[in-house]
Amino acid sequence: MDLTIKDIEDIALLARLNLSEQEKETLIKELGTLFNFVDKLQDLDTEGIEPLINTLSVYNVFRSDEVRQSPSREEMLSNAPLTEDGYYKVPKIM
Amino acid sequence: MQLYELTLKQLKSKLINQEISSSEIVDSILDRIKVVDEKVKAFITVTEDMAKNLAKDLKQNSESKVLTGIPYGLKDDMCTNGVRTTCASKMLENFTPNYDATVVSRLKDQGGVLIGKLNMDEFSMGSSTEQSAFFATRNPWDLSRVPGGSSGGSAAAVAADELPFALGSDTGGSIRQPASFCGIVGFKPTYGSISRWGVMPFASSLDQVGIFSKDVQDCATVMNVIAGKDQLDSTSVDLDSTDYISYLDTNIKGMKIGFPKEYFQKGMNEEVKALIMKALNKYEEMGAIVQEVSLPHSEYALQAYHVIASAEASTNLARLDGVEYGLRDFQADNVVDMFSNSRAKGFGDEVKLRTMFGTFVLSSGYYERYYLKAMQVRRLVNEDFNKVFQDVDVIISPTTMNTAFKIGQKADDVLSLYMNDVLTVPVNMAGLPGISIPCGFIDGLPVGMQIIGKPFADGSVLKTAFAFEQNTDYHKQKPVLGVN
Amino acid sequence: MYSEYEVVIGLEVHVELKTKTKIFCGCSTDFGAEPNTQTCPSCAGFPGMLPVLNEKAVEYAIKAGLAINSQIAEYCKFDRKNYFYPDLSKAYQISQFDLPICQGGYLDIEVDGKRKRIGITRAHMEEDAGKLVHQGTITSTPFSFVDLNRSGVPLLEIVSEPEISSAAEATAYVEKLRSVLLFAGVSDCKMQEGSLRCDVNISVRPKGETELGTRAEIKNLNSFRSIERAIEYETKRQIEANLDGEEIVQETRTWDEEKQVTRSMRSKEEADDYRYFPDPDLPPLRISEDWVKRIREEMPEMPEQAQKRLVDKHGLSEYDASVLTLTPQHLAFFDESIELYSDAKTIANWIMGELNRLLNTNNIEIDNSKISVQGLTNLLKLIDQGQISGKMAKEVFEEMFNSGQSPEIIIKEKGMAQISDEATLIKLIDEIVLNNPKVVEDYKQGKKKALGFFVGQVMKATKGQANPAIVNKLLKEHLSRE
Repeated sequence: MDLTIKDIEDIALLARLNLSEQEKETLIKELGTLFNFVDKLQDLDTEGIEPLINTLSVYNVFRSDEVRQSPSREEMLSNAPLTEDGYYKVPKIM
Repeated sequence: MQLYELTLKQLKSKLINQEISSSEIVDSILDRIKVVDEKVKAFITVTEDMAKNLAKDLKQNSESKVLTGIPYGLKDDMCTNGVRTTCASKMLENFTPNYDATVVSRLKDQGGVLIGKLNMDEFSMGSSTEQSAFFATRNPWDLSRVPGGSSGGSAAAVAADELPFALGSDTGGSIRQPASFCGIVGFKPTYGSISRWGVMPFASSLDQVGIFSKDVQDCATVMNVIAGKDQLDSTSVDLDSTDYISYLDTNIKGMKIGFPKEYFQKGMNEEVKALIMKALNKYEEMGAIVQEVSLPHSEYALQAYHVIASAEASTNLARLDGVEYGLRDFQADNVVDMFSNSRAKGFGDEVKLRTMFGTFVLSSGYYERYYLKAMQVRRLVNEDFNKVFQDVDVIISPTTMNTAFKIGQKADDVLSLYMNDVLTVPVNMAGLPGISIPCGFIDGLPVGMQIIGKPFADGSVLKTAFAFEQNTDYHKQKPVLGVN
Repeated sequence: MYSEYEVVIGLEVHVELKTKTKIFCGCSTDFGAEPNTQTCPSCAGFPGMLPVLNEKAVEYAIKAGLAINSQIAEYCKFDRKNYFYPDLSKAYQISQFDLPICQGGYLDIEVDGKRKRIGITRAHMEEDAGKLVHQGTITSTPFSFVDLNRSGVPLLEIVSEPEISSAAEATAYVEKLRSVLLFAGVSDCKMQEGSLRCDVNISVRPKGETELGTRAEIKNLNSFRSIERAIEYETKRQIEANLDGEEIVQETRTWDEEKQVTRSMRSKEEADDYRYFPDPDLPPLRISEDWVKRIREEMPEMPEQAQKRLVDKHGLSEYDASVLTLTPQHLAFFDESIELYSDAKTIANWIMGELNRLLNTNNIEIDNSKISVQGLTNLLKLIDQGQISGKMAKEVFEEMFNSGQSPEIIIKEKGMAQISDEATLIKLIDEIVLNNPKVVEDYKQGKKKALGFFVGQVMKATKGQANPAIVNKLLKEHLSRE
C-alpha cells in the first residue's frame, strides 16, 4: 500500500495526534510495512465467514436499575489537569 | 535460603507455623529490591511504607486467609487506589486512581501485601519492556537482554526473587513470552475467567489478566483468589466453585497431547525445538499420548491479531485526551489542538504507530479489507482449535521461537519484534488458557514451553504443567545477579 | 415561486429513557444536580472501566419499540461510535450501528384533518454525552466547562423515514411520538430539560422530482416552536438558494433562537468518520419472544385506544379525543373528572381551553399544577346551579390554578357570586329604565339593541355579577309593562 502524507494527516486528525514532519515520514514507512505485512490476509478466501467478535458465548448480561452512590466531586476531579467551580475546564470548542 | 527466595506456599507454611512474621517477609523483599532492582529495573513504584504498615497490622491471628502477609506486585496497568498507575506512559505519569481493580481488591481481601507497581511496555504495546516511557527492564539471567514484554517488569521481578508472585496482563503473549524469557511460570487463563475491571485495556476482546509465579502450585493458589465472576465486568464468567489446586496431580496417564506442526516452522531456534521434543518425550514417559496436530490458519493469526488489537487499542486509548485526568498540553488555545498536542506529548512512538494503524483499519475504505477480514480470520483460527481439541486434551509448543534477545537488538525493526508473539497470539485470538513453564536452558538462558487448553479447561492446563514440573527441576534454577 | 418546491424532512428524535440509573453504571439520572456530582470513574471514562448494561433501559427500549409499532430484534449488539469531544468522556459513544433493538415502525399523524402515516426506520439504544457550559457564547468563550452528570443517561434514538413534508407535519409527528412514549411510560419527554431532543434532516426539490436534494441537518431542537420555526426558515433558505443557483452543502446547522435563523455549525476540514465497530466489552442481546410478550402484556392503554374510547363511550369528537390524549395526565384528568361530572363535552372544553392555556403560559404540566379534578368538577356544578356565570368561572378557574383554593371559597372571598335575587334586580332595573326614557322609546319602536343596552347597564351596575338570564327575563317583563 502506498500511503501519502495526506493520508497520514487525515488519520492523525481523526486520532487527534499532532505529528511532527519527521514523525509523519517515519510513519509512512512503518505503516507501509505493517500494511504489507497484514495484506497477507487477502490471500485467504473468507467469503461467507461470520466475523468472530468475541470468543465467549455469553448474552444478556445485565445489572439492575439501582442507584449506587457516586464518589464525591472532589474525588472525581482530583486527577483533572484543570477545573473551575466543580467543572472540568477546557479551551474553547471552536 | 533467604525469605525472598521462597515460594508463596513455603512462606505461607512458615507464617502459619509462626516461624516468621509478615513484617520479616516484607522487609526481606524490600531489602532484596534495594539490592537488585537498580540492575533489573523492574519497579516503577515501590510502595514501601504502605507495605510495611500493612504487614505490621497483619501480625496476629490472620492465617485464615489465603494470602495473609504474602507480598505481591502488579503490572502498572492495574488501577490501585491511592497508588499512581502509569501504564509506563508519560500520559499517566501522575495519575492516581481512587479505585482498586477487581483483581487488586481480591488480593487485598485475602490479605496480600502490595509491594509495588511493575514496568511494562507503554500501554502493553511491545514484547520487550523497552517501550516503557521511563526505562527498560533487564533480564535477570543476562542484564544485557530484555525480559520480554509487555509484562516484563512482573516477570523480571519474580525471576530476580524480588517478589514471590506478580500479576500481569496478556493480549498476545504479554505474560507467557516474558515468563519464557525469564524462566518462570506465566499463566494466561481463559478469556472471561478473571475480571478485567480496573485494568487499563489494550485490546478488550483479547486482554486477560494472569499470573507470574515461581511454580505451578503458587499459580493455582493465586488463581483461586482472583478468578471468578465480577458483576462489574460483563465479559467475566461465573466459575466461583472452581478449585484450581484440586487439579494439581501428576497422573496424566492417557492424556492426549497435540503438538501443532505449524508451530515448528522456519525461524525457530533448533535447540528450542529440541528442548520441546525432549519435554514431549518426558510426557510420553509419564503415560501421555503425544500426536502431531494441525492448526492450518496459524500463519494468518499474527496478521489478524495486529489488525484487531490495534483497532481496539486505538479506541481504548482515545479516552486519554487530557480532560478528566492525564497529561494536558496547556499551550493550545482550542480544544482540538489541546487533544492533539496532549496525545502527541503523552504517547511514545510505538503507541502512536499502533493508534494510527488501528485508526486506519477502522476508517472507511479500510474497514472491510482489514478489520472485517481479520475478524473472519479470527473465526477460522478459533475453528482450527475447536477441531484439534476434539482429538487432544492439550496442545504443547514452544512459547517463543528463541531465547531472550539483546536490548536494542530489534529497535529498528517493527516486524521482527512482532514475530515474537507468533506462537502466543493464536491463543488470545481463540480466548484459550495458556501457560508458559520452564523446560530447559540454552547458553544459560531459559526456554519456555507453552501448554494450551480448551476454553475454561484452565485446570487441565495447570495439571499438565504441574506434572512436568514435578518431574523436572528447571523451575528451581535461579539467575545469578552478581549480588547476594 | 416557493410553491414550485417541496420539502422533504426526516427526524431523528432522542429521548432519555426514565431509568433511575445510567445505562452502563449505577449513577443517578436525576435532572438538575450540581455539576459533576452524579458521575463515577465509569461514566467519566477512567482507565479500566467497563460498561454493565441496565436491564431496565432495555425493557424501556422494547416498550418504546412496541409503542411505535417496531419489530423488536431477536439479536442486537452495541457498537462504539468514535469521535473526540470534551463532553464525550471515553471519546467514543456506546451506541447501536447495524443491529438496532427496534427495526421499522410507524406513527399516524393528522394535520388539517388529513391522516398520514409516517414511517419509522429504526430506533436504537445509546448513551448520552455530558454537557458543555460556555462563558458567553460557544464562539466567543475562551474556555468551556464540562459537566458529566448527563454522561451515560440512556437514550433511544428514533429515526423517521424522510416522509414528512411540512413543519406542521413535523410537529404533529413529534407530538404523536411524545404522546405514545409518555403513555408507554418510558420517558418524561421534557423538551425544556432536554429529555426529548430533535434533529431535523431537511432538503428541498422541485415538485415532481424524485431524487432527494442535498440535505442539511439541524441539530438539537428542543421545543415544538423551534422545530417549526427552524423548518420554515431552512425551507425558505434552501429554496432561495436553489432559485439563486447557489449550491446547498451537506452540513450540520444549528438553530439560533435569538436571531431565528439556522446557521452552519462548523466548517469542518475533516469528514465525519465514526469508525463504528462492535464493542468488545458488551455481550450481545438475545431478546426472546417471551420477553417481548411479557412486556406487550404490561403495556398500558395507548393514545389511539384511548381516543377510540373517548369517542365511542363519551361521544367526543375525534379532534377532542386527540387533544385529550396528548399526555397521559390529560387523559387521567378527563377520566377522573367524568366520574364526578357527567357532561363529557364540557369537561373536554375546559381541559382543552382554560387548563391547557394556563399550563402553556406557565410552562408546567398538570401534575405540577395546583388544579384538581375535584376543583374543576365543583366549578362546573356551580355554573349549572347558576351560582356563577360562565365568564366569571374562567376567572375563578385561573385563581384555582394559581392558588389551589376551592371554587366555593374563591367565589365567596371575592364576592363573585351571581346575583339571581329578583327583588334586588327589579329595584335596579326600575331605576335604570326611569333614567333612560329615550331608550325606552326606541325599544317600543322595535329597536332590539335597546334591550341589550339595558342588560349592559345592569351588568355594569352589578360588576358583571347579575344572572344574565334572569336580567333578560325581568327586563322584558318590565318593558312590556311600560
